[in-house]
Amino acid sequence: MRTNRTVMMASLTLLALVLLAWQFLPTALDVPRYIIPTLSDCLSELHRMWRSEGLLGHLMSTALYTVLGFVIGSALGAVLGYLLGMSEFWERVLSPYILALQIAPKVAFAPLFIMWFGYNSMPKLLVTVLIVFFPVLVNVLQAMRTVDRDLVNLARAYNLSRLGIFFKVEMPSTLPNLMAGLRIASTLAVIGVTVGEMVGGNTGLGFLISYGGGQANAAMVFDAIVLLTVIGFLLYSALVRIEARVLHYIPKAQH
Amino acid sequence: MALEFRSVTKEFHTRTGGQLTAVRDISFKVDEGEFVSVVGPSGCGKSTLLSMTAGLYQPTRGEVLVSNEPVNGPNTHVGFMLQKDLLLPWRSIVQNIEFGLESRGVGRAERRQRAMTELRHCHLDGFEGHFPYQLSGGMRQRAALARTLAIDPEIILLDEPFSALDAQTKLVLQNSFAQTIAESNKTTLLITHDLAEAVLMSDRIIVLSERPGTIVAEIAVDLAHRDQPLKRRLMPEVSDYAAQLFKHLKLEEKAA
Repeated sequence: MRTNRTVMMASLTLLALVLLAWQFLPTALDVPRYIIPTLSDCLSELHRMWRSEGLLGHLMSTALYTVLGFVIGSALGAVLGYLLGMSEFWERVLSPYILALQIAPKVAFAPLFIMWFGYNSMPKLLVTVLIVFFPVLVNVLQAMRTVDRDLVNLARAYNLSRLGIFFKVEMPSTLPNLMAGLRIASTLAVIGVTVGEMVGGNTGLGFLISYGGGQANAAMVFDAIVLLTVIGFLLYSALVRIEARVLHYIPKAQH
Repeated sequence: MALEFRSVTKEFHTRTGGQLTAVRDISFKVDEGEFVSVVGPSGCGKSTLLSMTAGLYQPTRGEVLVSNEPVNGPNTHVGFMLQKDLLLPWRSIVQNIEFGLESRGVGRAERRQRAMTELRHCHLDGFEGHFPYQLSGGMRQRAALARTLAIDPEIILLDEPFSALDAQTKLVLQNSFAQTIAESNKTTLLITHDLAEAVLMSDRIIVLSERPGTIVAEIAVDLAHRDQPLKRRLMPEVSDYAAQLFKHLKLEEKAA
């Protein structure tokens, strides 16, 4: 097994190589800067955006709605997942519609939401909630279906109430799947907010992308994309840490 | 009389709309403090008997009585254990042992105290803070027994609790279970397909036929050291009993 240190070094070297290529290849190949801006172009544009475009405000707005949409969407998804998981009847009644909605491209709802709610933060929040909702719902539902029947019978034999069985057996059994759903959802939340901001409104990194695109300012688009990635990465990392703590009782795979 | 089956028949509806008789017209009694094993070919409805005693479902005809009262649902008199330890992986061992007490109005301090007593009883001292994944299969089964004993049931139902263990662990665990059960003087019904295990651990053995399971023989094991299967193993009579079971299960004919 290679040590963590070696892995880290290789990883950082790769990053340095890519950054170097980004800086020098476009000029060497005569690619104009409005097609592919170099690394230093992007950095100076970042500086300009910070000073005169109110970058911090856009950044905070996007981060806020990503987290907000993620929390609301996954809470709704989890609650509905658990409710349907407890009622086989309703699960079977609703599952074809859930599947249909899950397949439908959620971001395509954005223009509708703008028509309904106007150019405010509601549409982007709704798109995010909608896009986050399904992976959490589906993961929880799947886990509720596969809870060990013998464990449930044991709890029944111990006279646990229906609610007791849910809180002491079913819900903890589904935690690994819930966490997996949340991890997927966290990456999707950024997409939801971005689309919402691109389609309508005048705040957020998604807005800067369509604004920069309209001005043929590729550096601005690049910068916004990188910052969006950072937001998504931070949310994802936070979830991985929470997961490691919550699921401490699951033995780690040995490499 | 601790446990009685009165002409119990259980039918299941199959998915294809047919009917399947798991056990038919089963009648036997288990006295207080007695250790009875049920052996039979796989799929003969052994586990059905256990589920009906635990009150997980009702017989189609007949009655199951625990302490002379018909079993109508899950009840406090019966504790059961399966081949799977069914420990909750997110709980520590002592919290697992407390699990059965939580819905029975036992206070927190008393729960912990009773759990710790059973923990020692089952030779798990020092492991109360461990999580199930940190324990070996044998130790997990011990923890499951401690959980079963903690609710202080009148009857213990064991459904092949040793069949997932390796041969050596099995012997040691059979011995430690037999001792613990004898000490607490619990009435026990063991479901098993291991004929030697039945002879080593029981006062009496009920032999079931193939499905639909009916009783084909009832054999009293008249040997000393019920609380020490390892000692019983050395007795020459053990093989005679095993041979009897062999005959009743018609294993020779099947092998031919």
